[in-house]
Amino acid sequence: MIVASRPGQCVLGAAALGIASMPLWASAWHMQLVSTALVAALFALSLQVLVGATGLVSLAQAGLFGLGAYTVHLLGSPPVWITLPAAMLAAGVAALLIGPLALRTKGFFFLMTTLAFGQMLFFAFHDTPLGGGTDGLFIVRPSLGFSVSRAERPAVFLLLNLSVLAIVYGGLCWLMSTMLGHALQGIRSNENRMAALGHNVQRLKLIAFVLAGALAGLAGHMSALTDAFVSPDLLGWHRSAEALLMILLGGIGALHGPILGAFALVAIQEAGSLLSDRPRLVEGVVFLAAVLFLRQGIAGWRLPWRARP
Amino acid sequence: MLTGLIAQLLNGVQYGLLLFLISSGLTLIFGVMGVINLAHGSLFMIGAYLAFGVASLTGSLWLALPVAVLGGAVFGAVLERLLFRRFRTRAHLDQVLLTFALILLFEEGRSTLAGNQFHSVPVPGVLDFSVPVIGGFGYSAYRLAVLVICLIVAAGLVWLIERTRVGSAIRAAAENTEMLNLLGFDAGRVHTMVFAGGTALAMLAGALAAPLQSVYPGMGDGFLILSFIVVVIGGLGSVAGAFWAALLVGLIDTLGKAYLPQAAGIAVCAMMAVVLLWRPTGLFSRT
Repeated sequence: MIVASRPGQCVLGAAALGIASMPLWASAWHMQLVSTALVAALFALSLQVLVGATGLVSLAQAGLFGLGAYTVHLLGSPPVWITLPAAMLAAGVAALLIGPLALRTKGFFFLMTTLAFGQMLFFAFHDTPLGGGTDGLFIVRPSLGFSVSRAERPAVFLLLNLSVLAIVYGGLCWLMSTMLGHALQGIRSNENRMAALGHNVQRLKLIAFVLAGALAGLAGHMSALTDAFVSPDLLGWHRSAEALLMILLGGIGALHGPILGAFALVAIQEAGSLLSDRPRLVEGVVFLAAVLFLRQGIAGWRLPWRARP
Repeated sequence: MLTGLIAQLLNGVQYGLLLFLISSGLTLIFGVMGVINLAHGSLFMIGAYLAFGVASLTGSLWLALPVAVLGGAVFGAVLERLLFRRFRTRAHLDQVLLTFALILLFEEGRSTLAGNQFHSVPVPGVLDFSVPVIGGFGYSAYRLAVLVICLIVAAGLVWLIERTRVGSAIRAAAENTEMLNLLGFDAGRVHTMVFAGGTALAMLAGALAAPLQSVYPGMGDGFLILSFIVVVIGGLGSVAGAFWAALLVGLIDTLGKAYLPQAAGIAVCAMMAVVLLWRPTGLFSRT
């Protein structure tokens, strides 16, 4: 897992400052679009803890994301300092229940088991009265502790999503430099060797699974807060596949890859629906091109005068 | 009550057999080529739309079945040669994304050619009656015909794989591709054949299912998830495992939907969790 170099971190920081200054110059619509991208980036980043860091490809992530979003609705929208930890806790506990079962399997079976567990969560909200309908529903936003007028809303949620993403990204950068982070990366490169070195591989994987789950719940919570809307579609496996695409598009080997990928994908989707009436076609072609030609992702692009690693 | 139960049991077996047609291709493609094909449900959908197209053009569903099989074989061979061949040795993640891209493109093609409405395909006139089972209770003759056709295909598939030279080449390819090449077989051709066969089976299932349910945009989605569950329960690459697992999943899903509609989706996934706890590589795997 490559953490961005110092110049790279400076570029990311500058981009964050640019986004933070948007309330001064951008329209509400643009701020909402960037908010969507920030939440998508947070979600993809949570999955990167599994995919890029530990080498586990999971399709249950959207289920945990949706669980975090629905927590806001199920609790009846108390203040945000209750919903935020509750959403992380709910998704984390779900991951703690799914993890030990799913982690008994490897490779293809892990992919399929997580697909089934993710769909189980989807069905739990889609088929039962728990979710309040298959078409989704508008929810009451939890109070932020201060009053926000309708006109201020896009700016406030933009800054809120940006700070959450920055904190999570910073935390994961730190995590990758700790023993735990190195152990997870060791599992990705050679699981048997890590076991032979005396690491409890199963437990390390479970830690990664639960951490990723809790972060996905956080992303779901931010999505519910931003859109004031939840639907069973949030939990469907298509969302997990989309997050995987963001990771692949941005760069599977880099911690900041999912952030770049999320912004790229949101931009592509937006351009697709603005320029043509076939956004799905545009998205499909981009997926295909990315998987065929873009092996290193955007994070793998090098300026011509810099040597390739 | 009893007749209702018998009808649901028959529905479950028939649904399970359709699932078998889809998941046998999936399990063979994974077992032999090592490729995860999430677009397999879309192939099923394409088969159903093909049946709808042929049936509304010619008025006969019977013509649609060979068209789906042959069309599926050609389509599958082209996909394998153009795309899947390159992804045999790539990471699972890349395969997931490739096939997800195909899902989007197939859906787009479907909406361009056939629109987004629900369609219904009439049951063929010859079979548009009900067969008396017991005490004045009748069961749709078309559903029985689907059941019989699926059983014949299943028997043919098992015979092909277990008893013929082609079948032993396919089993050898699953074990060791390089060794197969050294023995003078063209492993690439075996892969193309397996992928073409799997596609043909999925499209045949779609064509058979068309009169049983509406033909609509995401109709392959539910089948995709269920057939992956079948593959996992049955054990990867095992056609016999896929057969029994498909019957089991078909019965549980159908009975669940009939008697406990809120828990049907969860029940099947929970069953898979139990199987994985007990035997992490599936019920019928050799290891």
